[in-house]
Amino acid sequence: MGNWIINHGLTSFILVVWMGINIFLFVWFYLLYDLEDRFFYTRHLLGSALAWARAPAAVLNFNCMLILLPVCRNLLSLLRGSFVCCGRSMRKQLDKNLSFHKLVAYMIALMTAVHMVAHLLNVEWYNNSRQGVYDKLSTALSNLEDAENTTYLNPIRTTDINLQQIPTYFVFTTIAGLTGVIITLALILIITSSMEVIRRSYFEVFWYTHHLFIIFFAGLVFHGAGRIVRGQKETDPPYNFTYCKDHIDEWGKNPECPIPQFEGGFPQTWMYVIGPMVLYLCERVLRFIRYMQTVQYRKIVMHPSKVLELQLLKNGFKMEVGQYVFLNCPAISQLEWHPFTMTSAPEEDFFSVHIRSAGDWTDKLIDIMQQLPEGAQGPKMGVDGPFGTASEDVFDYEVSMLVGAGIGVTPFASILKSIWYKFKESNPKLRTRKIYFYWLCRETHAFEWFADLLLVLEKEMEERGMGDFLTYKLYLTKWDQNHAFFMRVHSDEDTDIVTGLKQKIYYGRPAWDKEFEQVRKENPTSVVGTFLCGPEALGKVLEKKCVKYSDVDPRKTKFYFNKENF
Amino acid sequence: MGKIEWAMWANEQALASGLILLTGGIVGVAGQFRGWQFAAYAVAAGVFVCLLEYPRGKRSKGTGVERTGQYCFTVCVKAFGPLTRNYYVRAFLHAAICVPGGFMLATVLGCVCLGIASLIYLVAAIRGEQWEPILPVKEIRKPVGESIKNPPQNPPPRPPGEGRRKQADLESAAYDNPLPVTDN
Repeated sequence: MGNWIINHGLTSFILVVWMGINIFLFVWFYLLYDLEDRFFYTRHLLGSALAWARAPAAVLNFNCMLILLPVCRNLLSLLRGSFVCCGRSMRKQLDKNLSFHKLVAYMIALMTAVHMVAHLLNVEWYNNSRQGVYDKLSTALSNLEDAENTTYLNPIRTTDINLQQIPTYFVFTTIAGLTGVIITLALILIITSSMEVIRRSYFEVFWYTHHLFIIFFAGLVFHGAGRIVRGQKETDPPYNFTYCKDHIDEWGKNPECPIPQFEGGFPQTWMYVIGPMVLYLCERVLRFIRYMQTVQYRKIVMHPSKVLELQLLKNGFKMEVGQYVFLNCPAISQLEWHPFTMTSAPEEDFFSVHIRSAGDWTDKLIDIMQQLPEGAQGPKMGVDGPFGTASEDVFDYEVSMLVGAGIGVTPFASILKSIWYKFKESNPKLRTRKIYFYWLCRETHAFEWFADLLLVLEKEMEERGMGDFLTYKLYLTKWDQNHAFFMRVHSDEDTDIVTGLKQKIYYGRPAWDKEFEQVRKENPTSVVGTFLCGPEALGKVLEKKCVKYSDVDPRKTKFYFNKENF
Repeated sequence: MGKIEWAMWANEQALASGLILLTGGIVGVAGQFRGWQFAAYAVAAGVFVCLLEYPRGKRSKGTGVERTGQYCFTVCVKAFGPLTRNYYVRAFLHAAICVPGGFMLATVLGCVCLGIASLIYLVAAIRGEQWEPILPVKEIRKPVGESIKNPPQNPPPRPPGEGRRKQADLESAAYDNPLPVTDN
């Protein structure tokens, strides 16, 4: 239980606060529109549907304000930097920005649905009132005109077209109605193209359609401009509802019952969203500025298994271990920025990325690079970043377990290189005494570019007699008869036949229970950080193991789980 | 956007439209709106579209992800053969279904969304995409030890090494070597 609090406590707290604000806004505005005298006559025409439409509107205002903030990655990076004092947990929350963005989006979708249904009812009932279908009071209220000394309540003014079409006509001829339909349509298109299936496989569709948010926010700001939600103006002395509602004939003649005057509510949405819109605009401007800065190619290497390594140089670029950058190549696509973890260490004077073929954009990039003549500069590349990830924390733990699956090993390439450099310089910042590294991979080819790095590390460690510092295990999770046979024939050789490394390849998946037991046994009093860059399923397994093998007793071993995801 | 399979997005959009049409229809009927008959139609049309679009098709590249419990729907949709396989049919079907939704406010949004889905399906059809059912692949298990029962017909060109010789001993060779086999 204690471990759950440590690992999930802050996230849960933030979610509870957010949900609390949503609920508060909903209830507050519901009661406001359901109980206030100002809307007494409005409620007579609409019933509780008025409150049911206005309450989600308030929640929508709040969430539309929030939704732009988690995607301002440069702003978040700035916050991360200034949180250095506030501990690991706070900074880790900023890693979950995309999850929060999605959660807020779901809330927007839900509230839009409620808001829309309530307004459908409202329009229908307004129409009926206008037609005199309901009681005398409703008809009288609806008949109030926008003449000199009365201001109307019922926003439906037409009566002479086909009755069934009046609501549709009304919606498409008012600002609120038209903007409402347009932005709801934009929202639906954004949502359908953001489904996981589409996002993971056809990223371009997702990215371009998502820009409909510009239309969404533009429409949203003007949505209330028509002021069709009308409340009664204050009178002096205060209007006497209980008497006047039953004496319609006396309106205007009896000084106690002046003809009721109505006015629309002041549009408020722009107040909520203008701040985040400005921030987001700044974010995009910053990305553009970064894109304009020159980036030079130091080296371009094509590795087996369609992995492209780019070593780049950029003025004033400083990075930390395990951070990632966004790359943009106008020759391939003007608008797309794609994230890649850096595989170089901060101690090197360049930064590098290893890019695997994983879709349209990466394939085209690899194509272009393959056709370049020897020693030529590559196409213009924009670089945004670096942006922080949890890998920065790996040196803070006394003991670290690093787990990388396939290409997910890239942040750890950066870490291991940095360790090597820090070692050579005997850097005091290095609190880590022991690292366990697990690399899971399906095929042997992908090993090769990384195997070189491990070979060098192996040698260095041997030379300094520090063989214990880094323990690594490589797992080939997809093997067949050929592998097994090959391995058996060469089983008595000193180094692994595939990688040339001293530590042998294991076949199949790691037995995590055994691994965690071993780590616990070898480090009985330490805080162990577990870092994963790989699939969700594996994350869940490791998270469970961390909880299972952690001891609430602060003197004994404790495992903390950190996850990367792109 | 070269490799996108438009049908995947059209499917998501159509499913969403079905739900929106259904919701609008329910509101129209429950609230007894003017033109509630159109709303009742929208309920039926919404359900139909949802049932048709629920089973995801197989992707031509990569693995398709099934929706939960879609197997029975896949079987039903597959039964209609070319009517459901061809995306031109779907495009025109959705375009036709969506029209009555435009006659009443509650169903207008569903109508427009379904219209958009129809357009995306049209693009998919023009690009030659087709709906293929995702069906469980029946694994044909090779009978165990088949390779043992059918040893190579010719002897190996060289005498086998240490490891291989052990294996040969276990298997009790089922063929005659024309040359005597010794290990040197």
